[in-house]
Amino acid sequence: MTILLFTLVLFGGALIAGLLGSLTGLGGGVVIIPLLTIVLKVDIHYAIGASLMSVIATSSGAASAYVKEGITNLRLGMFLELATTLGAVGGAWLATFLPTSVIAVIFGAILFGSAFMSLFHIPDHIETRPQSRLSRKLKLNGSYPSGEGTTSYAVRNVIGGFFMMNLAGIISGLLGIGSGALKVIAMDSIMHVPFKASSATSNFMIGVTAAASVGIYLRRGYIDPGLSMPIVLGVLIGAFLGSKMLFTAKTGSLKKLFALVVFALALEMIYNGLHHKI
Amino acid sequence: MTTTNQKSDDSRMGKIIGNLLRFGVLIASVIVLTGGTFYLFRHGKEYPHYRKFAAGSQATSIISNSFADALHGKGRSIILLGLLVLVATPIMRIAASVIGYLLEKDYLYLLLTLAVLAIVISGFWS
Repeated sequence: MTILLFTLVLFGGALIAGLLGSLTGLGGGVVIIPLLTIVLKVDIHYAIGASLMSVIATSSGAASAYVKEGITNLRLGMFLELATTLGAVGGAWLATFLPTSVIAVIFGAILFGSAFMSLFHIPDHIETRPQSRLSRKLKLNGSYPSGEGTTSYAVRNVIGGFFMMNLAGIISGLLGIGSGALKVIAMDSIMHVPFKASSATSNFMIGVTAAASVGIYLRRGYIDPGLSMPIVLGVLIGAFLGSKMLFTAKTGSLKKLFALVVFALALEMIYNGLHHKI
Repeated sequence: MTTTNQKSDDSRMGKIIGNLLRFGVLIASVIVLTGGTFYLFRHGKEYPHYRKFAAGSQATSIISNSFADALHGKGRSIILLGLLVLVATPIMRIAASVIGYLLEKDYLYLLLTLAVLAIVISGFWS
């Protein structure tokens, strides 16, 4: 395969990954890495580097809309970025000496969990009475515009959420993904932030988190321009199309189908990792 | 009164940050696409070699070299420049919020955002 053909294949794959990732809420990075490593036999280091760049592009693009609409909790995001960036620097450092087979197994496990979580929607339980002194002190309690005016919510369990975000940052730096699923666990389940606000805030944080590990990746040569170019552009365009279709498309059955594909990819990654094929 | 002030300050910061992110991604994409066109024109008929990882070969001077090479129309360097603009976008966003919190005299968040900025930049230095 020549570089021209290879680039076109990558662009097409990335476009579909970005589209499906945005329609299902799983994100593009989650399928880009298995696509590159399993299908196209690209070394996992290059795959992680290209995926990380695509994650910055899509999260920044999506975040800009949410931030303008006032759905993003800016202070909550900025506060938790302290946890995710610290984790991301550590994760990128780990990636430089962990064997690729171990990285593949961890990736498979995270992929499995993310697909599983995408099938279940945790119902919102909005707290209106501010109970946490820390969240009041940090001005984390927020509000966002919703159908019936403004929904206000209080943030709980700040320290628990902070540590979960730290883990999300480590995973993001290690695997080159946004680790949106872990961020949702931290904000929805632990801190009781409503789904809409937590996914907008998670998007907001992903770019900065990823940027924290880029420096280390660049110096190690993980980020190959020729490979990253079609991936970044493809995922970005796919995610943009997905966000335009989101309100018209029926995503229920698509979500299940996509989750099945991701489950299969997860198992393949784990299998390849255990047999040292990656 | 203070809460309404904080709200309007936050929503103004939201607008500025939103525009910054959008334009950053847009400019980066255009640069990457330009570099990609050059790259495919010159190397499109060659064969890729991504199966084996060449550990840190072009490591240390990659950023400074890319500026010089990009001026000579080297596709890969132009793409890298675009990718650097892409990475700079969220970093600029933190820098903008540092200024925002300074103007708001919110010293707790000024400190927090400065710390995040330091962590992110440290990744490029160490």
